[in-house]
Amino acid sequence: MKLSMSSKIFAMLLAAGLVAGCSSTGEMTDEENRGSDVEAINQEGGATVYEGGTEQGGISSSSMSEAERQAEQSQQSAQDALRDVTTFYFDFDTSEIKPEARDVLVAHARYLAENPRQQVRLEGHADERGSKEYNLALGERRANAVEQFLIINGASRGQIETVSYGEEKPAVRGSGESVWAQNRRVELIFD
Amino acid sequence: MRLVILMTQTQVHKQFVLRPLMLVSLALFMLAAGNARAELLIRITEGVDSAIPIAVVPFAESGTMPQGDKISSIIRSDLTMSGEFNPLAPGKMLSLPSSRSDVYFRDWRMLGQRYLLVGELTRKGERLEARYELFDINREARILGETTTAPVSSARSLAHHISDKIYEAITGEPGAFSTKLAYVTVMGQGDNMRYRLQVSDVDGKRAKVRLESDEPILSPAWSPDGKKLAYVSFETSKPVIFVHELATGERQKLADFRGLNSAPAWSPDGKSLLMTLSRDGNAEVYKMELASGDLTRLTDHWAIDTSGAWDHAGRGVFFTSDRSGGPQIYHMERPGSEARRITFGSRYNARPRPGPKGDYVYYVHQRNNDFVIARTNLNTGEESLVTRTGSDESPSLSPNGRLLIYATERDGTSVLTVVSADGGETYSLPAAEGEVRDPAWGPIVR
Repeated sequence: MKLSMSSKIFAMLLAAGLVAGCSSTGEMTDEENRGSDVEAINQEGGATVYEGGTEQGGISSSSMSEAERQAEQSQQSAQDALRDVTTFYFDFDTSEIKPEARDVLVAHARYLAENPRQQVRLEGHADERGSKEYNLALGERRANAVEQFLIINGASRGQIETVSYGEEKPAVRGSGESVWAQNRRVELIFD
Repeated sequence: MRLVILMTQTQVHKQFVLRPLMLVSLALFMLAAGNARAELLIRITEGVDSAIPIAVVPFAESGTMPQGDKISSIIRSDLTMSGEFNPLAPGKMLSLPSSRSDVYFRDWRMLGQRYLLVGELTRKGERLEARYELFDINREARILGETTTAPVSSARSLAHHISDKIYEAITGEPGAFSTKLAYVTVMGQGDNMRYRLQVSDVDGKRAKVRLESDEPILSPAWSPDGKKLAYVSFETSKPVIFVHELATGERQKLADFRGLNSAPAWSPDGKSLLMTLSRDGNAEVYKMELASGDLTRLTDHWAIDTSGAWDHAGRGVFFTSDRSGGPQIYHMERPGSEARRITFGSRYNARPRPGPKGDYVYYVHQRNNDFVIARTNLNTGEESLVTRTGSDESPSLSPNGRLLIYATERDGTSVLTVVSADGGETYSLPAAEGEVRDPAWGPIVR
């Protein structure tokens, strides 16, 4: 599945980043911690990324040391790797964004914030069970939840288009929870 | 690439009506025309014990008869499909009378029959004349008789007409055998899907494709006069409500607002539609006047409100709302008045469809891990199951309220199934190819 492969890449890159920048890890952390709201999220493989605080993109390159530049590059690659994930899943009859989706969505939001001309289309879906008409509204609610999250984290409304397909366009055909779980989703489509 | 094709009722051969709002590729257009007929099969279920025994004797014939099923055979199928009759197989008949003078009631009593239909078909140029009589065997009395004609090409319609008359004479209710079904068939895989909105007879015959698209079509809804269908189409990459006139193939974009345009439902007078729009930020039920396009919002809640449907009196509105945490059925006495919750028995109840007599409302209901069709008695509040199949949705009632059609999974694909409104399967309509879903039962048109 896409998610686990990206997680593996992410873990690998983080590991590489940690090795490359181990002498400056302390410095990187200090930079990040200058902001007020810093939240640690545990990733797979035990690596840690700090959210919030100062954008490391605010560092001007002329004053960066080689180590700092390498750390920034590996973090950028890590962010890019995060953005490989463009599908987000939901539990039955909910539109709650799962904890494990949050930092990926933050990476997408930051990318959108940094690229104001970039457009994205959010396509909301539901599994096949129950009423088609309710599922169309549920898919929309899921897409709207992701849209809100992206906007809160830096994207602007004008960059985002949402549409719901309800249960009409499953990712996987068939029945049973393992199929339904893959169909309860929002997909990010970048042009 | 969007491919949309319209088929009009009067065009037997492959001609098309192009409309400027559709993007069409001419080569593919012609290709699709070649295999544009997708059929529904019919699988009739074994009858119920309480079904009324009736003998429909093969009609005597004069002149060249049209190809296809015999009129009496269609009548027998219709009566079986209703779930209320158990027609005698012709092979068991001791005689084949075509008029009263040939009838020996004792023979039919011995066979346990309660009613007897006899008749004669005469070819008269391009028309078929049917003379038939219905007898109550115990009273040895004629209860119905008629001579009627129809074009030879409409022999099936003639048969359904006779079935309607028989049904009404015996049960007192109007028959629904001449009504139509609208539904969506789906074929293909992955990114190559083909969706077709079709209209057929109640037995799945004489299916005609009305709209063909490579994007989803859903929620067909009949106008009360049976002349138009409203539906949701994704042909412009978002859900849009169209109203489509069947005789001409002309259609009008009715609702193309930002967000959802879905769940169209006609008012009993045909002058307005309920619809679900999210233009104000979340899914709400609206009423749109057809003539003016004027919109009135009927619900006002942050929850999902959808699937509005007029009640039998045409005064109040049923709808689905998840304002209590999960989808449930609600009713407004008047459009826009306070909503009263109708369903309580499970965490998921959606897509209300009221019975025509104001006694029941039918809906999709979650029972353990299954989704079935259930109904609530509006007088007592009591809930009962109508189906037990398990992956059921899109219930639609026949206009006399006696039968309910819905979509269900069978052998890994979606088929239509008809049950009597108080439970008990009567027949199913799988597609010859692909899946069929989203049925809408058309009105009785006089």
